[in-house]
Amino acid sequence: MSELRPPTRLKSVALRKAKSAAFTGLLWLTGAIAMVPLVLIIGYVLIKGTPVMSGAFFTQTAPPPGMPGGGMAQAFMGTGLIVGIGTLFSVPLGVLTAVYLSEYGRGRLATVVRFVAEILLSTPSIVAGAFIWAVVVTTMHSFSAIAGSIALTVLMWPIITRATEETLRLVPNDLREAALALGVPRWKMVLRIVIPTAGSGILTAVMLAVARGFGETAPILLTSLGNDFINTNPLQPTDAVPLRIYNYAQSAFTQWQSLAWGGAVSLLAAVLVLSIGARILSDRQQRRLG
Amino acid sequence: MSEVSQSPRTEHDAETPVRRRLRIGDSVLSGTTVLISVGLVALLAALLWVLEQGAAPAFMKYGLNFFTSRQWDPVNDRFGALPYIYGTVVTSTLAILSALPISVGLALLLNEVRSRLLRNPLTVLVDLLAAIPSVVYGLWGLFVLAPFLNRYLAPALGATLGKLPILSALFVPTPAVGNMLNAGIILAIMIIPIITAVTREVIATVPHDLREAAMALGATRYEAIRMAVLPHARSGIVGATMLGLGRALGETIAVSMLIGNGLGISASLLAPGYTIPAIIANEFREATSTGMQHSALLALALVLVAIALFLAAASRLLVRRSERMGS
Repeated sequence: MSELRPPTRLKSVALRKAKSAAFTGLLWLTGAIAMVPLVLIIGYVLIKGTPVMSGAFFTQTAPPPGMPGGGMAQAFMGTGLIVGIGTLFSVPLGVLTAVYLSEYGRGRLATVVRFVAEILLSTPSIVAGAFIWAVVVTTMHSFSAIAGSIALTVLMWPIITRATEETLRLVPNDLREAALALGVPRWKMVLRIVIPTAGSGILTAVMLAVARGFGETAPILLTSLGNDFINTNPLQPTDAVPLRIYNYAQSAFTQWQSLAWGGAVSLLAAVLVLSIGARILSDRQQRRLG
Repeated sequence: MSEVSQSPRTEHDAETPVRRRLRIGDSVLSGTTVLISVGLVALLAALLWVLEQGAAPAFMKYGLNFFTSRQWDPVNDRFGALPYIYGTVVTSTLAILSALPISVGLALLLNEVRSRLLRNPLTVLVDLLAAIPSVVYGLWGLFVLAPFLNRYLAPALGATLGKLPILSALFVPTPAVGNMLNAGIILAIMIIPIITAVTREVIATVPHDLREAAMALGATRYEAIRMAVLPHARSGIVGATMLGLGRALGETIAVSMLIGNGLGISASLLAPGYTIPAIIANEFREATSTGMQHSALLALALVLVAIALFLAAASRLLVRRSERMGS
């Protein structure tokens, strides 16, 4: 019982407080540790990549090995093509799945669909690539932009579904009931009331999915292959910005390496703008509906 | 009676063309959404089935040897995946060990900080870390992080932990630029936002009463967290870790840029290694269609996705249970 004697207790209170303060300090330290890579990555990419930015970088195609100049025009076009088609595929699929989950889904099927959407978020992106290679590339006997788009769809569909369902659930039930009470049929209520009310939330979901699509390298590697020249035919092998960065970063030529940093600036800018924009939109949406 | 037939009620029941069109609209929309939702489930089934079909020849031919053999020899059509499995396990373990304490600390911090002015930007920054594409991590890792680690961290670890009896095997220096330590560290940075986000969600559902009760009994902040918050969030944190592990196992690009892609199995973390996603990324396009190479790579993809989906499912269940306990 000696530790219950007043002097010892007083000391231990001081000790406990010190321990708690040290712990709080430790928490702040973890915050600092996590921020260091973010600051360093953005800083390095800006410092090394910005000087590469020029008209030529966006208008010229891949330079021959060891030659100065050149750009990534073919990669920008390719990323636009692949992600554009992927978005066209995945937005209707993702939104309609979310509409099912939030407006119609009851019982076991809804539980299963929601669970599958959830775990599909964890599909390793390289596996999506291998899957679409086996299904699309082997059937078409060619790598192609469209195969890349389908691989991205596998990844983007569950992202859009999850985020859209969340935002559809924010739509107040009063609105639904008011519409139904006025004799509006259910489908019209969903299309004219629920979806427009959730509009900016759905846009947020799409922006997040597109940001993910821009950055994916592994699935594109196995499905679109890459291309040194501008290609606008979805059935042909096509280049993409992340793919170019991946290849150039590991090359021995300094010109290629600096082009990789230039690609990284453009990619990072696009992804961060989309993510921050999505964040602002969803905050505003939550304030409006919540 | 003819007047009655004009009453609203009868008119309402009649199959007027307008009403039929409205009903058709309903079954069209609900039918389409059901169909597409079933399509999502079918997508998962198709993914597993296609990979299984592709993997079957390799599994048939090599059996369990596929997992235990270290020989990966496309020229002689012999495939054993042990080096890749080993590299994947080592880098993921390293990533989890480094990321977990930081992520839990960060999640607690985001929950403890009362000032909105600090908390909101901090949350956004953590989310941004998750948004950075893996190829950008890889590029930065290759040109900035890896040289730094090779120059400072590796010798420091060798001089400290490397002097201890058993741990010394982990830090035998090699001249390699790419190694498993660097890959593990870039992976840790990449999964911190994932583990943090889920842990934070779980911690947020711990009832305030518990914490306040502890505080009212005289507990310090540390003791309240230690005794009231963490035990309540434990299964959720395990779930968050599993989700992070799943991501770490499947991460391809950044790891393949940093790990050195060496085929040996070395105890030293400073030696190059190779992972399952990295070998798929590097060999898939050049694989010949005659031999077993594609099948072996698809077999690896199947193993990878099976583990990742299992971890995701288990994580989901654990997190949900933890959240239900809280509410």
